[in-house]
Amino acid sequence: MELDLSRPILEKNDALAAENRARLAAAGVYVVDLMASPGAGKTSTILATIAALRDRYRIAVIEGDIASKVDAEKVKAHGIPAVQINTGGACHLESRMISRALDALPLDDLDLIIIENVGNLVCPTEFDLGENAKVMILSVPEGDDKPLKYPRIFAISQAVILNKYDTLSVFDFDERAFRSAVAKLNGAAPIFTIAATKGDGVDAWAEWLGARIEAAR
Amino acid sequence: MHEMGIMAEVLESTLAAASDAGATRVNSIRLTIGELTGIVPDALEFAFEALSLGTIAEGGALEITVVPASSRCLTCGEEFSHDAYDRRCTACGSFLCEVLGGDELVISGADVDVPDPDPGPDPK
Repeated sequence: MELDLSRPILEKNDALAAENRARLAAAGVYVVDLMASPGAGKTSTILATIAALRDRYRIAVIEGDIASKVDAEKVKAHGIPAVQINTGGACHLESRMISRALDALPLDDLDLIIIENVGNLVCPTEFDLGENAKVMILSVPEGDDKPLKYPRIFAISQAVILNKYDTLSVFDFDERAFRSAVAKLNGAAPIFTIAATKGDGVDAWAEWLGARIEAAR
Repeated sequence: MHEMGIMAEVLESTLAAASDAGATRVNSIRLTIGELTGIVPDALEFAFEALSLGTIAEGGALEITVVPASSRCLTCGEEFSHDAYDRRCTACGSFLCEVLGGDELVISGADVDVPDPDPGPDPK
């Protein structure tokens, strides 16, 4: 006997993501999901973003990692609420995990939540968390060919951050080739070149994010 | 890597539907997967074999239909097929396009065995 199912494989994740999105919209909180490889500088970028925006906005961070609380501790050390999610081996965050993390945050007292996804350029692209924007960070040492190897993450991101830009002269990174490859996948996404640990270039990224936080309030 | 999680959802959903239908056996599951998703069919097969063990889908087949990528240009209206690496309009070069096909992650259906209704005690 033939069963006609015709249903999205991730329908449960998508339904819970929609719930998260409605809940966050009601509280006037803007959420950005940061995706990158391990070591690209997600946590450094978050700390630099906090430094740039904390005078204007109330910020919290949801840290996704396979294990450990290291990243959440770093954020908390700056006096910012942080919830650590340990995925216990899973290579990405899912909307159910975010739903639980939201329970632990004072949503009415927040303007921005930054989600640090698990370090991975493939799996997080498939899962809607209820965020307003997915943003990917590539670091210069990873190489300019990444859009050719991981096209989806560039295609679905609303902005691309090129981190460790201060090391451009050290690595054989062809910025023109990189920009051209990203443009073929996603001509609408701005590319912000930053050096997160030095604060270089963070202002333009913070301004882009700030405009969206204002719109969501 | 996330094919394991994807397959867990497929099996949970399919086994629940099969159970609702009174099925005793799942012979095959049909999936429709877009080429832009980055899902690796071989990894899905592996996950299916591993996760179906001990269920009524064990030993069943996985039939995967891959949907090629296509988009519609929001600037000139052109509908065009493309690959995963260049999504720009082939007619006017615009990057303002909407994906028509290639993003699918769908359980299309399943072939199951449903035993005939119990005829009751043997009259003999």
